[in-house]
Amino acid sequence: MEKRAVFGNRVLPYGLLAPQIAVTLIFFYWPAAQAVQHSFLVQDAFGLSTEFVWFENYKQLFSDPSYYRTLATTVIFSTAVTAVSLSVALLLAAMADREIKGATGYRTLLIWPYAVAPAVAGVLWIFMLDPSLGMISRAMRPLGIDWNPRLNGNHAMTQVVLASAWKQISYNFLFFLAGLQAIPKSVIEAAAIDGARRWRRFWTIILPLLSPTTFFLVIVNIVYAFFDTFGTIDTMTGGGPAKATETLVYKVYADGRLGGDLGGSAAQSVILMFIVISLTAVQFRFVERKVTY
Amino acid sequence: MAAVTLEGVSKIYHGGVQAVRNVSFDVPDGSFCVLVGPSGCGKSTLLRMIAGLETISAGTVGIGGRVVNDVEPADRDIAMVFQNYALYPHMSVYDNMAYGLRNRRTPKPEIDERVREAARILAIEPYLDRKPRALSGGQRQRVAMGRAIVRKPQVFLFDEPLSNLDAKLRVQMRVEIKRLQRSLGVTSVYVTHDQIEAMTLSDVLVVMNAGQVEQIGTPIELYRRPQTRFVAGFLGSPAMNFLPGRIGREPGTIMLDERPIRIATPPAAAPDTQVELGIRPEDLRLVPRGQAGALAMHIEFVEELGATQLVHGRIAAAPATVQVPTGAIPPEGTIELAVDPAATHLFDVASGRRL
Ligand SMILES: Nc1ncnc2c1ncn2[C@@H]1O[C@H](COP(=O)(O)OP(=O)(O)OP(=O)(O)O)[C@@H](O)[C@H]1O
Ligand SMILES: [Mg+2]
Repeated sequence: MEKRAVFGNRVLPYGLLAPQIAVTLIFFYWPAAQAVQHSFLVQDAFGLSTEFVWFENYKQLFSDPSYYRTLATTVIFSTAVTAVSLSVALLLAAMADREIKGATGYRTLLIWPYAVAPAVAGVLWIFMLDPSLGMISRAMRPLGIDWNPRLNGNHAMTQVVLASAWKQISYNFLFFLAGLQAIPKSVIEAAAIDGARRWRRFWTIILPLLSPTTFFLVIVNIVYAFFDTFGTIDTMTGGGPAKATETLVYKVYADGRLGGDLGGSAAQSVILMFIVISLTAVQFRFVERKVTY
Repeated sequence: MAAVTLEGVSKIYHGGVQAVRNVSFDVPDGSFCVLVGPSGCGKSTLLRMIAGLETISAGTVGIGGRVVNDVEPADRDIAMVFQNYALYPHMSVYDNMAYGLRNRRTPKPEIDERVREAARILAIEPYLDRKPRALSGGQRQRVAMGRAIVRKPQVFLFDEPLSNLDAKLRVQMRVEIKRLQRSLGVTSVYVTHDQIEAMTLSDVLVVMNAGQVEQIGTPIELYRRPQTRFVAGFLGSPAMNFLPGRIGREPGTIMLDERPIRIATPPAAAPDTQVELGIRPEDLRLVPRGQAGALAMHIEFVEELGATQLVHGRIAAAPATVQVPTGAIPPEGTIELAVDPAATHLFDVASGRRL
């Protein structure tokens, strides 16, 4: 059976595709092309003249130690966000899986944090973690922790990781819960009869069977931590203190908008573009393979 | 090896469904016990309580003389074969079988030896490196069996292990399970709703209905002397015919439509008690017209089985089936059948019990 639609009119298919192509062109290819173009240019301080400099912006970027520091910060940040949000979500999903069997009421409630805008998430956590006002910081004071994310880089990092991870937990939770509920109950019962106790079942049966879900979520969370946490970082720390929470995306903004280095910032965005393209490619290859065990 | 003992076992699920009511029976060491009954009668629930997968609401389950009510499945030293096989999809056939042994910290060489031995017995050696998804249903079934036998457990539990196989394979595996159980001598409890599996496999046959045990015994006992109408109707294919009547005034007779039928042993019940006369299709014999005491059966339709035919029709308005040699009867009309007085079963209509 031929599944493709066959058009009599030769123009119609192009006409139907046109809006989608126009949107992609205007909102993706055009800015992307602009970024690539700008990454080869240097602008003078007043923005009056531009000069074509080939790969000068990239050379400068790769010889700048601060770029590597930001790269390291980004890797630490996204690893931490991914690890925290995945493990908390998995823990919650495993607990929920034992209680709710197919109930959907809960899930709607649990997805809410995902709908919170990044900046709002930032503000929420600022209130909780504020050194003088926040309830969490007040609770930490008796423990001898002098919580001060405005001065302490590690505290600031912890803060943005918590806020960013929190926002992603509900999303991960839903996927993990669906993954857990798709594991046949009898397989787990068979393992129990085969002498595996709860932890061993988790490590040898449940986790491996969840691996397709986990892999998918790892990519989604890395992409999220890389690109969608700008608002959270901007409201909470503004990349500080002393660039301790400056990620690659934040640096694009800081250098381009605040620092006025359009060419360098454009070069950075081109690099980020390649990162997101390769992450997406990895994910697509995986989706095509479908089963991994 | 160990005997399995159930004493007053009941199960009430959350929500108040009473799935098993006060069940007591013993499975002697090394014997093959089959639980049979219609869908929803609580067979699986009972088996899962023996396995430790369901809590026991009342009563005790014992394995090898030890009460195991509060013992984890892992510590009951049992193996179970599930209806959907429940193989570990991410593990090779070898690892599927080795998993239980590894969990019990069996030495590696011994694991290897036992897995290969089981694979040889079950003829699955060529597939040891495959994942379950690359196997046919019959092969998966064998792996599930292999996973149970490598463990050398005290008790085998089976929950409808053959119901996902085609008819031919089912017969073949049935024979194989029986042979395997005989040679290993492991006490087994087997759940099925297939009465042929039940009859052929069991040393001890337990017929269940609505959460209760109807009758326990050897398969031939249950077939020859069913204690309730339910057991009589459940075992045997084609099923027993039940003809409504009442006990005659003259001792040793049953009145069917005001015609007396002789039976061998007079029942201990008052005349005129409403009864059902049970006669298995193979106990009805075709006789020439006009013979005294014969039953007239009106033919409705005939099923061809090859060597024999199944004739469906009515005897005194009650639906009935009889098996006759092909070509022995006219395609329609009435035939006459004689009843062996010793092969009749009599059930009280009110209680359903044997009289
Ligand atoms: N987890 C459960 N919660 C509530 N009721 C249940 C549960 N499992 C089974 N039941 C009920 O208990 C009764 C017995 O179920 P069970 O699975 O033991 O039947 P079965 O004899 O194995 O039937 P089948 O031949 O269809 O497998 C049924 O009425 C069923 O609806
Ligand atoms: Mg069942």
